[in-house]
Parts: sequence; structure tokens; C-alpha cells
Amino acid sequence: MAWLLLLAPLVSAFLVWVAFRRHPRASQAVSITASLITFLTAIGIALGKIEAPASLAWIDLPGLRVEIGMTLDSLARLMLLMVTGVAFLIHVYSLGYMAEDPGRGRFFGELSLFLASMIGIIVSTNFIMMYIFWELVGVSSYLLIGFWFEKNSAADAARKAFLANRVGDFGFLLGILTFWATCGTVAFDPAAARGLAGNSLAPIAALLLFCGCIGKSAQIPLHVWLPDAMEGPTPVSALIHAATMVAAGVYMLCRIFFVLELSPEALSVIAWTGGITALVAALIATQQNDIKRVLAYSTMSQLGYMVLAVGCAGTTAAMFHLTTHGFFKALLFMGAGSVLHALHHEQDIWRMGGVGRKMPLTFATFGIGAAALAGIPGLSGFFSKEDILQTAAQSKPALFWIAALTAALTAFYMTRITLVAFLGKPRTEVATHAKESPLVMGIPLIILAGLAIVAGYPFFGILHYLGAQESAEKSLLVPAASLTAVILGLTAGAVGYGRATRERIVIPLLERKFYFDEIYDWTILKLQEEAARLLAWIDQWIIGFFLVRGGAFLVSLGGEMLRLLQAGNLREYAFFFALGAGGILLLLFGH
Amino acid sequence: MGTVTLGHYLVLSGLLFAIGLAGVIIRRDLLIMYMCLEIMLNAANLSLVAFSRFSQQIRGQVLVFFVITVAAVEVAVGLALLVSLYRMKRTTKAEEITALKF
Repeated sequence: MAWLLLLAPLVSAFLVWVAFRRHPRASQAVSITASLITFLTAIGIALGKIEAPASLAWIDLPGLRVEIGMTLDSLARLMLLMVTGVAFLIHVYSLGYMAEDPGRGRFFGELSLFLASMIGIIVSTNFIMMYIFWELVGVSSYLLIGFWFEKNSAADAARKAFLANRVGDFGFLLGILTFWATCGTVAFDPAAARGLAGNSLAPIAALLLFCGCIGKSAQIPLHVWLPDAMEGPTPVSALIHAATMVAAGVYMLCRIFFVLELSPEALSVIAWTGGITALVAALIATQQNDIKRVLAYSTMSQLGYMVLAVGCAGTTAAMFHLTTHGFFKALLFMGAGSVLHALHHEQDIWRMGGVGRKMPLTFATFGIGAAALAGIPGLSGFFSKEDILQTAAQSKPALFWIAALTAALTAFYMTRITLVAFLGKPRTEVATHAKESPLVMGIPLIILAGLAIVAGYPFFGILHYLGAQESAEKSLLVPAASLTAVILGLTAGAVGYGRATRERIVIPLLERKFYFDEIYDWTILKLQEEAARLLAWIDQWIIGFFLVRGGAFLVSLGGEMLRLLQAGNLREYAFFFALGAGGILLLLFGH
Repeated sequence: MGTVTLGHYLVLSGLLFAIGLAGVIIRRDLLIMYMCLEIMLNAANLSLVAFSRFSQQIRGQVLVFFVITVAAVEVAVGLALLVSLYRMKRTTKAEEITALKF
């Protein structure tokens, strides 16, 4: 039964690919049924009605045993519920959002593939299986980000996402090989990992594995693909940001925490990477004008939080935030998508304004999502962020202050985009004619808004599910600091953008995203270009000229020189012949 | 005056061979070169006969008959070539016959 989780979306993707690409209705029906089946299966698993199936041996060699199996521990069950639930809502929402797109048959097939790959990551029992689905996530994100491939920017963004991920995946693969080489198994087996304990390879293996997370979960320095991935259709952004792709990195860290915890040095690197990513992304988000880009950077920032939590050994906090974030980020993206749908894909918040009055449902749900993300008390984001801050305060106080600053910035930029986009007067023609989106888009929004409110409360039981113990000593500093941060951020946002009709403060450094893209253009691309030029030179001159043509030249030179002897003079031939014969005689009888 | 020894014959044969070779190398006329070739062949014949005589074996002389036969055939073919070459080119000078030169 549990195999349905993987098989349903895979079969759906296959069916759509071979048969229904040009039949949107059939494709929608197949894909949504598949995602509903996976969701129901996930519920069944969570309730304990469905057991994990026996593993199938896939590769069984001496020293390498790879199984295709399912891990269904509490970590996986929670993740399954969240991913399949959000994915199902996104499928439904896509019905409305993609209603007019001629390519939507293909779209739903690719969604199914994406879902299947993500579920594969969640249930995998060993590194190899995870790596396979890991790469499948990469492929399907490539397909979906580049869904509107006739737009150059979308095709470029898809390529960028794929390549940035490849860089990280390369490290991940090396990490897997290191683990296998030292522990002799590829299974997620904490007992086997003891072979690494005290080994100098432990931090290296941990950091290499972390590389995979840097790529997938968009941590600095491989984050550049995430904002560009906004080129894909909005449901895809919601899926990538909430349920499938970026969550995979954090989930993977939690899954392999038994390796990471062997090396405190690696944990600190991870924590600092997360902290810096959270802060930098929040700073960039304050100056973006594209509503989806702001959300993209906010995702990056929240992922930074989760990675930070993992680095502080707080996997429970990380998973908690991952889950609540999944709900409200999907909500935010779908709310933004609803606005874009009404405004004919106008993404600049300065060209919106007053949308809130025309689209009350979208406004209300988006507002709840934004409040949850900002960490306003009473909503899910508050609880999970609190947990992470608490973890950070206990193990790495410096990072706690960074995280608190990030929380203030988060409240600030979420206030900014909400106020600018939804309140005030309409600033463009399209904004005046905005209409509320259809119900098929509205209902998922309402459900997610509900989840975004309640998911954090103890009665919802995420933390309990993860098996968290109530820690006795909770410093009061943390709630105080985070509340102050949120209030500061909200006030600054409200004061700064309450009645703004255009940007008041322009900070080029932040607006240009810390010049990451430019720096990459200059360094990596230049370096590559120089290296390519050097290789071209070697190819042209050393190999082409010197070896190939040089060899030919030597032979033909020899020929030319010998030709001089063949002058056509008979007497000369006779002379050389006699000389040669004399020489041979001398050689034979000379002694 | 002592008796004529094998050494005498061999020296004479060597001289004849050298004269023939010099003729082939130095002279320009194909006809003369031909005659010099014949001298070289006969120098070889002379030494063969001398060896045969002094070692009391008949084999050397048998070989001489072969050489004479082959030389006769060669002269026939060579002279025929020369005549037809002369008809075509109106010359028998070696350096003017360069049709095969690259």
C-alpha cells in the first residue's frame, strides 16, 4: 500500500507524458487524482494504518548493498503529510491559475513528477536512493522553472537553477562516497556511522553532504538560482518554496543528522551559513519591488533559519519551522499568484495598490500568511521561529542576535509589501480593474490560511509528533527580544510605507542583491573564460601546431630533402650506387 | 718472370671493373655507358674463370656461361630501347633523358 505514495504520481507523470500531453482535461484529472491518492496514503501512514513495506534489494554486491525501501519514522511521516497536503492544494489551485495556459497538460505531468521525486527523498532509506530522487527533483524543477521556455529569461533561470544545483550535488555525491568509504554502507544507519566518529574525515563528510543542502535549499553562496526561479508559473514557485524542492535540503540535513553530529566543527559551519543566509536574504528582500522576488528572498531567509537550527543541533525546531513555513509560504505564493492572475501578471508592487479592496479573500489570506511569516504572536510562524531562536540562544548566542535582527527585517519587509501592494490607491490601470480570483483558487487559500494560524499551537501537535521534550529552562530573553524585533519591524514598515506611492529609500547594494550575480559574472565566468582561452591556446599551438602539423612538417621536410637526390641524372645514380656497394663491401670485409 | 698467379688475374679483373665503373659514371653517352657496363660484366667473368681454373672446379665456368647469356639478352633489349629512344628524342645523352624526373 505504501508504495502508492511513489507509484501514483510516477504513473500519473508517465501517463501524461505518453498520452495526455495535448489533453489538458485528462491530464488535470490524472494528476490531481494521483496527488489526492498520495495525500490519502500519507494520512493513512500517519494514522498508523499503513505499514512500511519490506525493502527490495536493488544492488547487492559485496560491500555495497542498495535497497529501495521506505523509512516511515515520525520525521518522514510529518514531512509526508505536509508535502502531500500542500502539493494537493497546489494542484487544485493550479486548475484555476493555469486555466488559460495552452501547455497545462504538460504542466500537470511535470507537477506529478516533481511530487514523486520529493516523496522519494522523504521515504528513502539510504543515500543512493535519496541521491537518485534528489537529482529527479533537480530535473523536474528544471522542467517547471523553464515551463514557459519560449521566454528567454525563463529558459535561463531554469538552466541557472539546474547548474547551481549541480554544483551542490557534486559535493553531496562526494559526501556520500566518503561516507560509504569510511562506514562501508550507504544506509541511514547511525550504528554504522560510528566508524566515522573521531575520524578526521568526519567533518569533511559532513560538510560535503551539507553541500547538497547548500544547493537545494539555496544557502549562500549557491542561492542565486532561487530568486530567478520566480520565472516559473506561480504554483511552481509555491511548490518549490513550500513543499518540494528547498524543503528537501533541510529535510536531508535532519535525516543525516547522525553524521553531522559527529563533528562539532561542521555543525558550526552549518549554523553560520544558515545565519548569514538568513540575514543577507532578509536585507535583500527589503529592497525588492517584485512581489514574488520578495517572497523568494523571504524563503531563502527562513531556510537560513532552519539550517541555523540544524547547526545548533535543533533538528526538531528546524522541522517544526519547515512545516509551518511550508503552510504559510505556500499560502503567500498562492496569494501573490492570485493577485498576479487578476493583474495580468503585473509583478511590481509599485504598480499595484488598493488591490485589497477588490480582492478581499486574497487580501485576508495573504495578510494571515504575511503575519505568520513576520512572526506575529498567535500565528504558527511565531511558535516555530521562537523555537529556533531558543535553540540558537542556548548554543550560539552570536547567531541568536543575527536571527533576531533577521526577524525584525522579516516583519519590516512583509509589512512593506502588504501595505504597498494591497492598500492605498490603485496606481495603474490594471490595478483598478482587479477582480477576485475564482473559488478553485480561493479554497486552497482558505485551507492554508487556517493551517498557517493553527499549525504552531501545541494542540496541533507537530512538536509532540516529532517527539520534542519540553525543555525546562527557557530564557525570557528570547521572547522579549523577538517580540521587540517584530514590533520594531512592523512599526518601521508601517511608518516607512504607510502612504508611500514610490520607493523612499534606495540602497543600491541591497537592491542589486549584494552584487552576487555580478560577482559571479566577473569571477567565475572570467576565470572560466581565461581557462578556456588557455586550453584553446594549448590546443591550437601545442597540440594542433606543434604536434600534429609539426610532425607532418618533419616528415615532409625529410621527403623534400631526399627528393634533392632524385635529380634524374643517371650517372649520379650510378655513382651513388657504386658508392653504396663499395660501402657495403667495406662494411662486410673491411675488418 | 714468374708464373701467372691468381693474384694477377684478380688485379686485371679489378682494373677492368674499375675502368667500366668509371666509364658508367663519367661518360654521358648512353651507348658508351652500355659498353662500359659490358666491360664490368666481363671483368666479373674473368675473375670467375680465374677462380674456377685455380680451384679446379667447373662451377665457376658454368656460371660464366650464364652471365654471357644474360649479358647477350640484356644487350639485345638495351640496344632496342636505345634505338627507340633515339628515334623519339634524337639523342643518346644521359642527362637529356629526364622524363621520369620529378
